[in-house]
Amino acid sequence: MIIRPPADIAPSEITPLSVHARRRDLMRVVGAGIAGGLLGSGVATAAEPAATPLDGIVKGRFSTTDPQTSFKDATNYNNFYEFSTDKYSPAGMAERLRVRPWEVVVEGEVARPRTIGIEELLRQPREERIYRMRCVEGWSMVIPWVGFEFSRLARMVEPTANARFVEFITARQDTMPGINYGILDWPYAEGLRIDEAMHPLTIMAIGMYGQVMPNQNGAPIRLVVPWKYGFKSAKSIVRIRFTSKQPGTAWNKAAANEYGFYSNVNPEVDHPRWSQATERRIGEFRKRPTLMFNGYAEQVASLYTGMDLRKNF
Amino acid sequence: MKVVAFVAALLPLLRLVVLGWLDELGANPIEVITRSTGTWTMVLLWIALAITPVRHVTGWHQLVDLRRMAGLFAAFYGLLHLMTYVWFDQFFDWMAIGRDILKRPFITVGVAALLLMIPLAATSTDRWQRRLGTRGWLRLHRLAYPAALLAALHFVWLVKRDLTEPLVYAGILALLLVSRVPIALRRRARRAKVVRR
Repeated sequence: MIIRPPADIAPSEITPLSVHARRRDLMRVVGAGIAGGLLGSGVATAAEPAATPLDGIVKGRFSTTDPQTSFKDATNYNNFYEFSTDKYSPAGMAERLRVRPWEVVVEGEVARPRTIGIEELLRQPREERIYRMRCVEGWSMVIPWVGFEFSRLARMVEPTANARFVEFITARQDTMPGINYGILDWPYAEGLRIDEAMHPLTIMAIGMYGQVMPNQNGAPIRLVVPWKYGFKSAKSIVRIRFTSKQPGTAWNKAAANEYGFYSNVNPEVDHPRWSQATERRIGEFRKRPTLMFNGYAEQVASLYTGMDLRKNF
Repeated sequence: MKVVAFVAALLPLLRLVVLGWLDELGANPIEVITRSTGTWTMVLLWIALAITPVRHVTGWHQLVDLRRMAGLFAAFYGLLHLMTYVWFDQFFDWMAIGRDILKRPFITVGVAALLLMIPLAATSTDRWQRRLGTRGWLRLHRLAYPAALLAALHFVWLVKRDLTEPLVYAGILALLLVSRVPIALRRRARRAKVVRR
């Protein structure tokens, strides 16, 4: 009986160097896995976060009548890789995020570049937008955001004729343990074509469920682009840059064959590793069909006329 | 010892049942169940594969009594994992399942891993051991190695970006497999000596 070894390879050569260098953390992961596997985990400790109500919210356009996801689920199931790749962890970990003082630098191809304090952004007229949110992983939520259209912010800086794209950059703080890992190219960056950014569906959100934005959902201010996969809606934004060239985006840089620049929700274009035809709405048992442009085709399909959406995924 | 192991191996299932009962499985319960049953399939299969090396290092030979149970529980959690997918993820849409198996490499290897485990679970009894003869039975049960390798690959291919956890499992599996080499060599040397005599 011969069991052939996989050649003569030292364990350190099998393991990618980046992982090998983190072996202590790996041990912690294993330890936590063994301990947490039997006793409960983050899953079992989901809690309603403390909430600060926002006043003066008016009902906005485009709101869906789909039943809303519970506040508890929307605040305990979050992709926020700056904190953790586990979706149940940001709820607790993001408490550390420093949301004051906060400024958003708006620059690039604009007539009046500005550094805008969060207080001024919070003073903008607020409206509620109840949007569907479809994650590229195959689940979705319905979230009542509070915020204002991105075009309002653009008017504050007067984009020039050269502004063809907009880049959104997320904060990078020492409160974020996830950025010590090269999972993505930090800081997190996302981008839109200027016409996508200026579309009335695109909003800068400062809250949800009538409350100040919880940290794990991208406090104090984030982007929401409801017809694109969730990762396009960058959280905790500190810099907005109007550019003449298409900016690089975090997930596209990480895996260009899996995450395109556009990343419009499209049931007909599968992720290379899984189908995008259906989704699990959080709180529902059966899966539901995914809609073209996440159900916003009527509003946004015209942005892409003549484009091959299979190629420009 | 066997009773303790049996109860311990049921705890992950018990945890899911209790958390499910309390509605504490989080925002995406199906995902949690899929993940948990998949994880425990691997953990138990890894344990089954660890028994021989650990026995040789520690000299604690009674451990072999637990191997069958570990393997059977691995198959048990594997079937729960598959059932979760077939039932709660695809709702018995066999066309969609067939397409998934053909089109999605991570599902292909996952299903393959489980298919390899089924004959092992089915022939785990003493009767089958006798019927196949020790050598034949051992040869058949070597399918546990490809099953484990495919399971590890299944995990590596399904994650979105963070490979930490799958690589931990793959690393431990590699260690377990490599640690068998000296054992196998020694056994072969012993057998060779017997033949020469």
